[in-house]
Amino acid sequence: MSNATQTTNKPSVMDFLTRPAVKWVLGALLVGFLALLPMLNLSIPGVLPGATYTPGTLQLLAFTMLIAGLALSYHLIFGVAGLLSFGHALYFAAGAYGLGIVLRRFEMELIPAIVITLVVGLLIAGVVGAVSLRVTGIGFAMVTLAFAQAGSVLVRRNADWTGGDEGLALDTTHIPDELVGVLNTRNLYWVCLAVLVLVFLVTSWFEKSRAGHVVAATRENELRVRVIGIRPYFVKLLTFIVAGVLATIVGMAYLLLQSSATQKIITADFTLTLLVIVVLGGVGYRWGAVIGGVVYTLLDQRLTVLAGSEAIAGLPDFLRIPLSEPLFILGTLFILVVLFLPGGIAGLAKRVTRGRSNVRAERDVLEEVV
Amino acid sequence: MSTIVLLLITGLGLGALYFLVASGLSLIYGLMDVLNFAHGSFLTLGAFAGWEFARRFGADSWGTFLLSLLVGAAVGAIFAVLTELLLIRKLYERLIEQVLVTVGLALATVALFEGIWGQDPIYLTAPAWMGGQTNVLGASIPNDRFLYIAAAVIVLIAIVLFLKFTRFGLIIRAGVENRSMVTALGIDVRSAFTLVFAIGGAAAGIGGVLASHYNGYVSPYIGGSLLIFAFIVTVIGGLGSLSGAAIASAVVAVLQQFANYHWGIGDLVVVLLLAAVLLLRPSGLLGSKA
Repeated sequence: MSNATQTTNKPSVMDFLTRPAVKWVLGALLVGFLALLPMLNLSIPGVLPGATYTPGTLQLLAFTMLIAGLALSYHLIFGVAGLLSFGHALYFAAGAYGLGIVLRRFEMELIPAIVITLVVGLLIAGVVGAVSLRVTGIGFAMVTLAFAQAGSVLVRRNADWTGGDEGLALDTTHIPDELVGVLNTRNLYWVCLAVLVLVFLVTSWFEKSRAGHVVAATRENELRVRVIGIRPYFVKLLTFIVAGVLATIVGMAYLLLQSSATQKIITADFTLTLLVIVVLGGVGYRWGAVIGGVVYTLLDQRLTVLAGSEAIAGLPDFLRIPLSEPLFILGTLFILVVLFLPGGIAGLAKRVTRGRSNVRAERDVLEEVV
Repeated sequence: MSTIVLLLITGLGLGALYFLVASGLSLIYGLMDVLNFAHGSFLTLGAFAGWEFARRFGADSWGTFLLSLLVGAAVGAIFAVLTELLLIRKLYERLIEQVLVTVGLALATVALFEGIWGQDPIYLTAPAWMGGQTNVLGASIPNDRFLYIAAAVIVLIAIVLFLKFTRFGLIIRAGVENRSMVTALGIDVRSAFTLVFAIGGAAAGIGGVLASHYNGYVSPYIGGSLLIFAFIVTVIGGLGSLSGAAIASAVVAVLQQFANYHWGIGDLVVVLLLAAVLLLRPSGLLGSKA
């Protein structure tokens, strides 16, 4: 990748745009623009359900940002540390259900409730990480899956605490009025934007920290890291916990935004969705995880609308049935990306702008996992 | 005493279903290192195929029931072979991408099944004997459980005989042991890959038809719910070990039944057992590969 600059001696526009300082400025501008969206009257027909100031659109955008944030936290485990976890939904659900239960049962103010939920998320991630990191590869994947299943069973069994199949509704008694109700969706939108920015900053900072470098090195060659005299276990555990806590934060924002938590968010399928998002966006790229989250959520949303449309209902069965199932289209798209586009969206963008084919290198990044 | 017998035999009946799924998973992982997330879809499609067949030819006759098992096995095997040829083979030696492709296939096919057959369970009928009960040592056991156990035992024996006494079986066993050595000897292991998928798909298809009778209905989700337990069984038994899968299926299912009966926490016990086994013996009960 670095020899791309060597092949062209003239500084190009792309080289300027990918300088670190310029990247951060562009990022800040983007965040500023997103923060202004609730004041603007923009419509993108076919992508957004309405103008950007309407609550429905803001709700969808806020949800999209939360999924992007959650995907970022998964990127930290899967893309950076190279750990294939099948239980990431557990920490997200710990945030959503934890905050909901603390607010409802212990009648606390919002801030202390958030702090308690964070500690709970931290403890769960710590314990699960400490146990499951003792095995590697497929074993690790299975233990994390098993713990997430246990969480799912606990949520289903303790219906008087979690609401069981009905889901857990947010108790708004102790929530500030500014965060309740359809009219205040824009405030929730800003909260979700802030959460996404926070997760992105923490992820970037972690990746650039010493621990981040060690864990990336462990992904590439664990033996060499051991030979240097570093024990990878603790760094991996640290990464696991950071990712888990970030997921807990996103989960709490999810509860505030959606006003309820349902069992769907603790299933294995939900973690698989995160995996799909990260791979779709491009494994190893922070922006990839964000873009993957946005693309996936918007596609899911639009395809669901499309499925119910009259244009689809009029088609013959062999076209109508597949097209009316968003997950079928997304799953097929995912298979095609894995087969033909191993770098995902971010890898494709890089290839287009750099004009070089990196398929082999991108496949290798993917295979370093496990 | 009668309770113990009841729980033991019903547990073995459930374990038989686990084994039918886990045997394929274990063989595929053992030979190719692929954890096949699409295995649940092989099972679900087999179940739907068996049901579609049975309802056309009279679901309450024995002949139809036995034929529906064959139909399920054939459909599961064909689906599995197509998966291997069209998706897995393209990503040869790309283990993570192979897993990802099967994840995508699982998501897409479950959605497709929802589109074709709907999300709601479809209740089915079976030969009258299967709804009855037999008295064993004072416990009345539902008759269908014996059928599941018999089917699993037959499949186990068939696979073992195939692996022990045929040339392809020899290649598969050698491949599980040391794949690069087999390739170095000039044997094309890839035909064995397809074969293993066919066997796994057929076993899953039979498992699907039987699981739909166990539940009393077919739905797009029966594969997914069995698959998680089959994964757990496979890992506990040791990835790649057929006998390990057989033992673990029985142990896990019986334990699950007992825990469910006494404390109602069968699922939780299974998960804890998995964690305990992996921490004490990361390669599983009979697994050789770590």
